[in-house]
Amino acid sequence: MKVWRKIRESLTSSPIPLVFGILCLFGVVVSGKSWSFLLQEVVTRLARNWILVLSLLVPVSAGLGLNFSMVLGAMAAQTGIIVMTHLKVPGILGFLGAFIVSFPIAVVLGFVAGNIMNKAKGREMIAGMMLGFFMNGVYQLVFLFMVGTVIPMKNPDLMLPQGFGLRNTVELKYMKYALDNLLNVSLSGLVIPLATFALIGLVCLGLNRLYKTKLGQDFRAVGQDMHVASVAGIDVNKTRLLAVVIATVLASLGQLVFLQNIGTLNTYNSHEQVATFAIASLLLGGATVTRATVGQALAGTFLFHLLFIVSPYAGQSLMGSPQVGEYFRVFVAYGIIAAALVVHAWEAHRRALSAAKRGLPEGETDRAG
Amino acid sequence: MPSVPVVLKMIGITKEFYGNPVLKNVNLDVKQGEIHGLVGENGAGKTTLMNILFGMPVIQETGGFSGRIVFDGKEFLPREPRQAMAAGIGMVHQEFMLIPGFSVTENIKLNREITKENFLSRMFSRKLETLDMTTMAAHSRKAIDALAFEGIDEWAPVAGMPVGHKQFVEIAREIDKENVKLLVFDEPTAVLTESEAAILLDALKRLARRGIGILFISHRLDEVLAICDRVTVLRDGEIVAEKKAGETTVIELAERMVGRKVGGLRVPDRVKLPETGEDVLVVEDLAVNMPGERVRGVSFTVKRGEILGIGGLAGHGKLGIANGIMGLQPASGSVRFLGREISLNDPVSALRAGLAFVSEDRRNIGLLLDEALEDNLALTAMQVHGRFLRRVGPFTVRDPGSIRRYALETIKEFDIRTTGPRQIVRRLSGGNQQKVCIARAISLEPKLLLVSEPTRGIDVGAKQKVLEILHRLNREKGLTIIMTSSELVELRRICHRIIIMYGGIIAGILPPDASDAEFGLTMSGERSAERSGEHETTR
Repeated sequence: MKVWRKIRESLTSSPIPLVFGILCLFGVVVSGKSWSFLLQEVVTRLARNWILVLSLLVPVSAGLGLNFSMVLGAMAAQTGIIVMTHLKVPGILGFLGAFIVSFPIAVVLGFVAGNIMNKAKGREMIAGMMLGFFMNGVYQLVFLFMVGTVIPMKNPDLMLPQGFGLRNTVELKYMKYALDNLLNVSLSGLVIPLATFALIGLVCLGLNRLYKTKLGQDFRAVGQDMHVASVAGIDVNKTRLLAVVIATVLASLGQLVFLQNIGTLNTYNSHEQVATFAIASLLLGGATVTRATVGQALAGTFLFHLLFIVSPYAGQSLMGSPQVGEYFRVFVAYGIIAAALVVHAWEAHRRALSAAKRGLPEGETDRAG
Repeated sequence: MPSVPVVLKMIGITKEFYGNPVLKNVNLDVKQGEIHGLVGENGAGKTTLMNILFGMPVIQETGGFSGRIVFDGKEFLPREPRQAMAAGIGMVHQEFMLIPGFSVTENIKLNREITKENFLSRMFSRKLETLDMTTMAAHSRKAIDALAFEGIDEWAPVAGMPVGHKQFVEIAREIDKENVKLLVFDEPTAVLTESEAAILLDALKRLARRGIGILFISHRLDEVLAICDRVTVLRDGEIVAEKKAGETTVIELAERMVGRKVGGLRVPDRVKLPETGEDVLVVEDLAVNMPGERVRGVSFTVKRGEILGIGGLAGHGKLGIANGIMGLQPASGSVRFLGREISLNDPVSALRAGLAFVSEDRRNIGLLLDEALEDNLALTAMQVHGRFLRRVGPFTVRDPGSIRRYALETIKEFDIRTTGPRQIVRRLSGGNQQKVCIARAISLEPKLLLVSEPTRGIDVGAKQKVLEILHRLNREKGLTIIMTSSELVELRRICHRIIIMYGGIIAGILPPDASDAEFGLTMSGERSAERSGEHETTR
């Protein structure tokens, strides 16, 4: 009975994963697809996306909210990939090389983003989103115009016939499956990229360890109350900056894993939706703007991508049109983010009001929202 | 005992804010193992003095201070709180400096965590050392036990704890710091119940016996006398008394604290209230969650034609009442005006009922600073009562003629010093801005006017004028007024009755001619029927 109560409690305390779990189950049944097909698809997509979602955790714990500026990390990763593709470095060496190239870029971009967010306290999410748009412009300037003109480079495979600027689509023939194929096992037809999952495991472990260190404690302190943290002598701005830098580096690693699995680089688009989908995944796992755990990140990604896989098929078999399902999944991705933000604002307002009724100052109620 | 070493010596401290002196040549010293009481009204300069001691950034930003501080035998000039902490000064804050999502241990050890090396930390940075929660908890336990306060679990989360417990966690954090030589307590008992306060005072005495110097700031004069060795009274930035605790009384301290302030404010006689005045406003059990000015349940009535004053020290809820009635801060309870219920949390309801409010925050809430004087005057009346508008076909448009006429009349009547009705309000002096605020409230033709801090930050001449205006409105138009002010003198000049707030409840309702001592005692909570802390828990 005790177990049952515990299950019930955890379900009612996290209604979003529950609702979407049911929705997914419904989609799975309606889509009429075999379990083995769905499992393979899910495994592939989890390996592809998990690190991107995990990169969101540190900024949430440090009070920066959902990090829309992870687009910057993705751009850093793509720069690394382009360099390695140009140099024709194959396989895992290319992957490592791309990471080595993207790392300093991600650190610098994270530094810039962190500083901007320190100037926009309380509005980090919108600031991060706008910064992403702005950096997109810089990115285009570099790869559409400066490559081949300012930056000397000749590579007809990568570049537009006009002699400068990169092609819209770059096939990653040297790096495709660089990590996935390093070590994989096949279980009765189901292919599991072990090396990729090992890397994901490493990131999870690292994040868990991080929260047990002094630095992790500082993140949490700053995330909960900047004022108290600064009175206690914690350098709030530096701590937040570090959180953004770590997140940006993780996002760039995530995008590398993502692209080596996809195998083609949409030079000017691949980074654009990274943040939206990762954030939607995290929120689906039951995370909020102020609280997110590794478990929520993992579970949310699973649900989000299962829904992504089944919804066109479900649309096909229910309405006779995959477009309906397609529409539904885009609707879900953006709708979830909007709903989470509204619920967050509404909760904060409600807490302030109920605190008033009990004659308490705001903030003396539980903040574990 | 001349042999006891002095921990802290502040010599000739003088501080001005924008040419406005807030501390004048203040000398204060605390000996080892001594409990030194510091009392004074709000605005007396206690907070500024403590900010100087702690090197709060606000002091440097406003031009520093003059004078010297000697701490532990050495010259000491803190530029940031970290330096003060490193030197061995601990502070128990008035507002809680606790992180609600953290456990007691995590809070006590905040930024002083005990860590163990690991291979990553050796490679990169000490920041990556692992937290040693077991040792941290053991230290916290020791600190809590030193306070002899039962019932705090070092692993429990702070969120949801009774307020009194939070206070003890705060103190435990300070005494856990090994090098602490001086502890500053800023009104530590304000949120405690009677029994908790007694435990705290005991703990303070025990700490003092360990040789720690204690600076104890409180408004509860009986407590101050009970535990302090010496008491210093600060008034208007000056030290007006320094006494051994055994050689003074609560009455004397209260008198010294309030004092008779000199000032040229003179207002004609109050209108005599009819004995059987009708109650126009009935407030019952009003609680207001205004940050820093919480009201925990007040009930009172206002008679027709009365000027009711609301006074009290800052932070005790006097500003919360008007903001709660007007629906500007989250509130609960019941407010009836002329027999009709006003719905709280809804400013329009209050305005429609015939209430008007002049906010204490006139630059942020009260005025549209970059709009013309006449537009500022007309705006609220346009919005609420549809005055100064005319209809042109299907549209409702503003009526510049009537606005101008009203503005010119008002400028004359209220003696607003301006270049004309089109001057933007930002360019007016503070006093004239205040007149605009009052005039605009009057443009609503209110049946009851609430004014908060009407004379804050304006010069003496303008103060006189503002008080005259309020008085004239009351006398000539029979307007009922609720005036909230930190300036007790002003309240006593023009009000018929004065409510004194303490700890979010009414400590007493006094006639304006009550004695200084009576006001002083009521304001410091000595006369309140009950200790507010008794009711307060977070659940």
